[in-house]
Amino acid sequence: MARITASVYTSHVPAIGVALDLGKSDEPYWKKVFAGYEFSKQWMRENKPDVIFLIYNDHANAFSLELIPTFAIGTAAEFEIADEGWGPRPVPKVIGHPELASHIAQSVIQDDFDLTIVNKMPVDHGLTVPLSLMCGQPQAWPCPVIPFAVNVVQYPVPSGRRCFNLGRAIRKAVASYDEPLNVHIWGTGGMSHQLQGPRAGLINAEWDNRFLDRLIAEPEALSKMPHLEYVTEAGSEGIELVMWLIARGAMSDKPPRVRHRFFHVPASNTAVGHLILENT
Amino acid sequence: MALDKPYKNIPGTTIFDAEQSRKGYWLNQFCMSLMKAENRARFKADERAYLDEWPMTEEQKQGVLTRDLNRCIAAGGNIYFLAKIGATDGKSFQQMAGSMTGLSEEEYRDMMVKGGRDPKWGRN
Repeated sequence: MARITASVYTSHVPAIGVALDLGKSDEPYWKKVFAGYEFSKQWMRENKPDVIFLIYNDHANAFSLELIPTFAIGTAAEFEIADEGWGPRPVPKVIGHPELASHIAQSVIQDDFDLTIVNKMPVDHGLTVPLSLMCGQPQAWPCPVIPFAVNVVQYPVPSGRRCFNLGRAIRKAVASYDEPLNVHIWGTGGMSHQLQGPRAGLINAEWDNRFLDRLIAEPEALSKMPHLEYVTEAGSEGIELVMWLIARGAMSDKPPRVRHRFFHVPASNTAVGHLILENT
Repeated sequence: MALDKPYKNIPGTTIFDAEQSRKGYWLNQFCMSLMKAENRARFKADERAYLDEWPMTEEQKQGVLTRDLNRCIAAGGNIYFLAKIGATDGKSFQQMAGSMTGLSEEEYRDMMVKGGRDPKWGRN
């Protein structure tokens, strides 16, 4: 049987990808960001998964206003790297896991979560920056990745509660897959940031750290937080944090082992948060 | 019965909801067209003529021509779509976000390095 052994949470700031791609990671500004992921890269080498189920959001790259799926699962064999307007990031293409992705889609839809199934989907920095942070700059990513895109662009985004329960359904789906795969589930985006309007640049470090505490210790209670609190306290783009609750919901009900925790301000416009939790 | 929209009262913030999305549909779709290099080249060669190919309002076109992102957002634009204009101009996300705050590029960068904008900003 397949099983989820660990979850990873991280911001996916596009400027982090730019800094890496342009060889700026040793500059003092960026060094402070990448230092928080040194442990993580080592951990990835020592705990290499067979598949990563990677929750992120598309930023008007694969999906325009023509089509806005709330939850979209990538079931293709591979996914090209999106050109977001600055040219595609020079990173390896993403190899999918069509068998497990299709299995999860079938199971989760029968559990009343109406996923959109996508077989052609360029993946943007939301997915590739977390891979770069956790894996560095390899010739190929260490394992197949199932992209799972959540609409956090057009309001209303799915509720935290909905996301948490979807995570539980994904946990059940993975556990019913026959092959003995080691699966990691990653929740990305956040933490506090606002990219628009006169309030752009908002950061709420206190709120972010409380979010990390509660994500570890009381995720179900945290999942009841209304949208308005995310937007008011963590900025209009801080709402991305609902995606972390999908990954957390997919973890066992037992308290997790906290392998790593990191928080830093700023990376460009954003507070960077990062956790690695293992199932016990 | 009208939908409850409590997020309308957040200072300095426009939430991109279904109403804004409907209003900004063609503005945002114009932005998406800039993901193709050939369209970026045509837009740069004659911005007005390129904009006139789209069923956008004059207010939306003026917002784009003056690079006033607050004006674009008020007219239904969404920042992830508007970012394609910034990419065409060779601007970073930080330059784009900062341009909406009334701060200079340097002031905005310094504010971020010092921990960002106070979350209580603009609240009573």
